[in-house]
Amino acid sequence: MRVIKQGTVLEDAWQRLPEPAPDLPLPAGDWIVPLDYWRHHRKQLSAHNGRVAVCLHGADKPDDLLEVLDALDLIALEFPKFTDGRAYSQARLLRTRHGYRGELRAVGEVLRDQLFFMQRCGIDSFELPHGKDADDALQGLSGFSVKYQSSTDGALPIYQLRRKQGRP
Amino acid sequence: MYQYDQYDQQIVNERVAQFRDQTQRYLAGTLSEDEYRPLRLMNGLYIQRHAPMLRVSIPYGLLSSTQLRMLAHIAEQYDKGYGHFSTRQNIQFNWPRLETVPDILGHLANVQMHAIQTSGNCIRNITSDHFAGIAEDELEDPRPYCEIIRQWSTFHPEFSFLPRKFKIAISGSQNDRAAVQIHDIGIYLVRNATGEIGCRILVGGGLGRTPYLGVCIREYLEKKHLLSYLEAILRVYNQLGRRDNMHKARVKILLNAVGAETFTTMVETEWEHLKDSALLLDQAEIDRVSAFFTAPEFDPNAAEDATFAKRLVLQKDFNLWVQRNVKAHKAPGYRAVCVSLKHPDMAPGDATHTQMNYIAELADRFSHAEIRVTHDQNLALPHVRQSDLYPLWNALQKERLATPNIGLLTDMICCPGLDFCNLANAGSIDVASQINARFTELDYLHDIGDFQIKMSGCMNACGHHHVGHIGILGVDKKGEEFYQLTLGGSAGNNARLGDRLGPAIAKQDVAETIDSILQVYLEQREGDEQFLDTYLRVGLKPFKQRVYNPAAQPPTELAAVAGY
Repeated sequence: MRVIKQGTVLEDAWQRLPEPAPDLPLPAGDWIVPLDYWRHHRKQLSAHNGRVAVCLHGADKPDDLLEVLDALDLIALEFPKFTDGRAYSQARLLRTRHGYRGELRAVGEVLRDQLFFMQRCGIDSFELPHGKDADDALQGLSGFSVKYQSSTDGALPIYQLRRKQGRP
Repeated sequence: MYQYDQYDQQIVNERVAQFRDQTQRYLAGTLSEDEYRPLRLMNGLYIQRHAPMLRVSIPYGLLSSTQLRMLAHIAEQYDKGYGHFSTRQNIQFNWPRLETVPDILGHLANVQMHAIQTSGNCIRNITSDHFAGIAEDELEDPRPYCEIIRQWSTFHPEFSFLPRKFKIAISGSQNDRAAVQIHDIGIYLVRNATGEIGCRILVGGGLGRTPYLGVCIREYLEKKHLLSYLEAILRVYNQLGRRDNMHKARVKILLNAVGAETFTTMVETEWEHLKDSALLLDQAEIDRVSAFFTAPEFDPNAAEDATFAKRLVLQKDFNLWVQRNVKAHKAPGYRAVCVSLKHPDMAPGDATHTQMNYIAELADRFSHAEIRVTHDQNLALPHVRQSDLYPLWNALQKERLATPNIGLLTDMICCPGLDFCNLANAGSIDVASQINARFTELDYLHDIGDFQIKMSGCMNACGHHHVGHIGILGVDKKGEEFYQLTLGGSAGNNARLGDRLGPAIAKQDVAETIDSILQVYLEQREGDEQFLDTYLRVGLKPFKQRVYNPAAQPPTELAAVAGY
């Protein structure tokens, strides 16, 4: 999968489960599987030869995922359309309320002009859609140098920043 | 008023650069139409019937004369010489060329303005009372909270792709002049039992094809929790608001689907997690922002002037204008002056670049360089000495800005309609002209008194027709423009959605139908009862009978009063 990670473009070994899913046990390798699939095959997947990550759709409630968060290397958040903003809330909840520290990846319609928002919500890797220029997409990370509100990226709310630096 | 610091300025500058780049990528073909659309919308740029339409944000309706001059400059240089003030205290330019929009945003940034989040499925301009800070019935100035929310909501990373647009309004007065109850979130500043001022929170108001008034989900919220509470509401909505049907995507639909009680519980549960986070608003920050909204230095002797009282007696026209267009001010000897943008020859809410420059000059001379935009599409000069009212009235007349009709029937709210808007089913501006042509007799209009006609060219209800005393909705019937009337709506403290009068009427009959409705009112009113009170007392029936039963003709003596 071609992704942006730590400010650079790279190919990594993660792959999405194809439709229809292959018979279990899955072939060796690193698979990103939908939440429902993970729920149904949790036992078999625990014996999988390779890593397993879970992909959340916007309507998914990741309650039963929460107990195993520490064991997950990656959670993918699906943007079926780039205008579907539910994953921004999921990302912030996973990072802040649930304390997830592993990799959080945006997949689906992941476009340059949304990367700044995604990053601020705690998403730290980004699947590049086919046909999109990687260097171009990288520019999306820089966004704005000033942030008004605190979020999941450690930014202070603007008024705390103002107070810290004295009145400009 | 609020002044940008280096951070605010940097954000709008970077936004201009970003939008310039996005527009270049779109024009070069590397950004598709679909990808560019939400980006331009978040900068207030629509593609309309004739040209793009650019909506510029006027936060809580507050303008300096410098800013108004810049709007005049943009109207002159980049548009056809005028702008349209909207019901959300913004201004719209109907004719800019797409490739010039980044330059326009650059000009705006130079005077601390922008078009950020004036459209798109995000948190829109925060609106408020146009008499904030000067009204006698004000508990506390709402503008500091508007500005705090403006900053919190600007480029909010979690809430930039909501299911649908999201509007917030705040009022700090006893009389609601901000139509708070028809907003996704409405906030009233209120005093609790122990005398502290806090926020009463309403959610789920909104017009459009499924109109609702907001429901109170919290009677009292301490001000320090304002942002965390808003964040909780927005998070619930962002996750659960419908995304499969744009007509059912507003928060009002979610709230009514799950029920107000369940919705409140969801918000409160979410808020428990957020209330003590970095969103906690401390008093030092409220004080810091409030300091931007202190009143200008008023003349302590302003009330001693005797010329004003004399002029009122001597000059009937002046007196009439003062009665309708001049409002109380909490400083002794001062008044707020409404500048009517409802001259019969102009489209409601429109102002030419000449008028804008002229008003800016009058604001410098008479009103501490400050201008307000009202949600009923007029302007106001907020701080005028009573001794200056007469020269100001004379000056305003020269540019057709002194029509003495604030709050009267001809002070119509009107969307741009079929003439400009892609969504419209029917014209609005030409119906406004028809009404203006019919009701020319000022004495008659003053006799009727406070009367709100609100008109929208389609279901989206930009003209707030549901909350007009008479609401007029343009509909398309097999390619012909028809108009659906509602009666008895109201946008203030006792907000109420209007009742449908009956089948839609033909375009040429609109003014005549309004006339019939007024005749019923004049026949039925008791004492000095206003239209809305009469309506609530007698109900829809007599109006319906008169309009749809051609046998019921008005008595001739009333026709004579009407001046025709």
